[in-house]
Amino acid sequence: MIWLNVVIQGVLLGGFYALFACGLSLMFGVLKVINLAHGDMAVVAAYVAVFLTPHLHIPEVWSFLVVVPLFGLIGYVVQRTLIQKSIDRDPFTTLLVTFGLSVVIENILLEAYTANGQTVNIGALITKSWHPTSIIYISYVSLAVLAAAVIVLALLQLFLSYTGTGRLIRAVADDREAAQLSGANYRHIFGVAAAIAFATVALAGIAFGMMTQFAPTSGGVNLLFAFEAVVIGGIGSLWGTLVGGVALGVAQQFGAHLNPQYQVLAGNLLFLLVLAVRPQGLFGKKTALS
Amino acid sequence: MSETLLEVRDITIHHGQLCAINDVSFRLGQGEVLAMIGANGAGKSTLLRTLAGLHRPTSGVIEYEGADIVKMSPNKRVEAGISLVPEGRRLFSSMTLEENLKVGAFRAKKGPFNIDRIYELFDWMPERRKQNVWQLSGGEQQAVAIGRALVANPQVLLLDELSLGLAPIIIERIYALVPEIVASGVSILIVEQDVAQGVAVANRVHCLLEGKTSLTGVPSDLTSEQIDRAYFGADLTTVTTESESAE
Repeated sequence: MIWLNVVIQGVLLGGFYALFACGLSLMFGVLKVINLAHGDMAVVAAYVAVFLTPHLHIPEVWSFLVVVPLFGLIGYVVQRTLIQKSIDRDPFTTLLVTFGLSVVIENILLEAYTANGQTVNIGALITKSWHPTSIIYISYVSLAVLAAAVIVLALLQLFLSYTGTGRLIRAVADDREAAQLSGANYRHIFGVAAAIAFATVALAGIAFGMMTQFAPTSGGVNLLFAFEAVVIGGIGSLWGTLVGGVALGVAQQFGAHLNPQYQVLAGNLLFLLVLAVRPQGLFGKKTALS
Repeated sequence: MSETLLEVRDITIHHGQLCAINDVSFRLGQGEVLAMIGANGAGKSTLLRTLAGLHRPTSGVIEYEGADIVKMSPNKRVEAGISLVPEGRRLFSSMTLEENLKVGAFRAKKGPFNIDRIYELFDWMPERRKQNVWQLSGGEQQAVAIGRALVANPQVLLLDELSLGLAPIIIERIYALVPEIVASGVSILIVEQDVAQGVAVANRVHCLLEGKTSLTGVPSDLTSEQIDRAYFGADLTTVTTESESAE
């Protein structure tokens, strides 16, 4: 029964990782850009939720209603200006630019809000949980985050499959030139993809702030876990990202159960194992049109 | 002569350091089929990519419906009515046949073509529309690529090396559609290595040799010797005639 609890906690954690990672996966799949500032954007979103939305008289628990659309807009603008400029140069420039962005963001946050830990205040909800048995407890917040992850991934999947813009995003990801020849303005499509990526990572950032403490430098380690979730699940597969996140979460919880120091180690070992045995990830595709 | 739709004047295109097209001019009239022929490396594909907006010319003018479009982006050109069926088909590999057509139709102009019309043109398509395109044969993929360009309702259709990697019977079948497409009001610029195919469907022929115009004319006025000479270059023809006379 203890192990069942470990698995359940792992799945709950995995939902968060998937929510965090899906934007990263989209940015890489469509723009071919590895956004090293992805984790920092999540942290910025959490800070906005804690420090700025109260000015709008919105309770922190509902802050995502404002912050998520705001970050979508920011994503579009940042893509059309900064990131597009670096894509136009070469792929390495995008790495440098997003890395630089990450450094700048962390330092601005340190300067403005110090290195103290913060949390998104959701009142009494944080301590509430469901106890089906004496050993298993399921936190409502974690459950809500997992549900949010599943809903976001499902909506994203529907959007990509059944809407014209969604299809253009996939078309650009498949073959940018051919998409242009079909009338797609790829820069706009890149902007839309970045908007989705930033919006989802903002949601993930607020979720992170609800579940635990965050500080200006919290982005990095979460970015690492997001990378691992994407690679384990397979690049370009949304449901793969969810499975990858859950697998990573379960592995980490198993490690933590053996010894709290083993949490990150166990996740990394799973990541390396998948890379060695199935480099394309669990749901990644090897086949491509020749 | 029919009304000019697309006019290219004194165009020079570089591919990196290499001069791919050197001072070439031609025009495409309403309802015309122009075949651009030439050997491998003559610069034909680079020329088509430039017309589609994927490549910037070094100098020269591209006029479409009387306006210079050199600076226009590829997607704007599609909206304006210029569609390219690229070399190697370039289908969206993660998508089904129908999704490929839907992407093509997303920014479509009004016109005679829609997805249903494409399904009439290629009657095998409806029952396979849910299949992923990598499950289709080369000829079928080529048909999807043509359909994807046609659903945008172009006025000018640029066809790049349709015959590449296809069996002769399939090539014939695909070229058999050209008159029907032209009848719908589409003008076509064909680039071909397969000279016989290109010449057979064209109203006019434009031959490129190492980036320069080596011959232009109406197919019925041209002898195959003239075309051969323009295709391979004069020197090679001399060698051929010499070897022929030796036999």
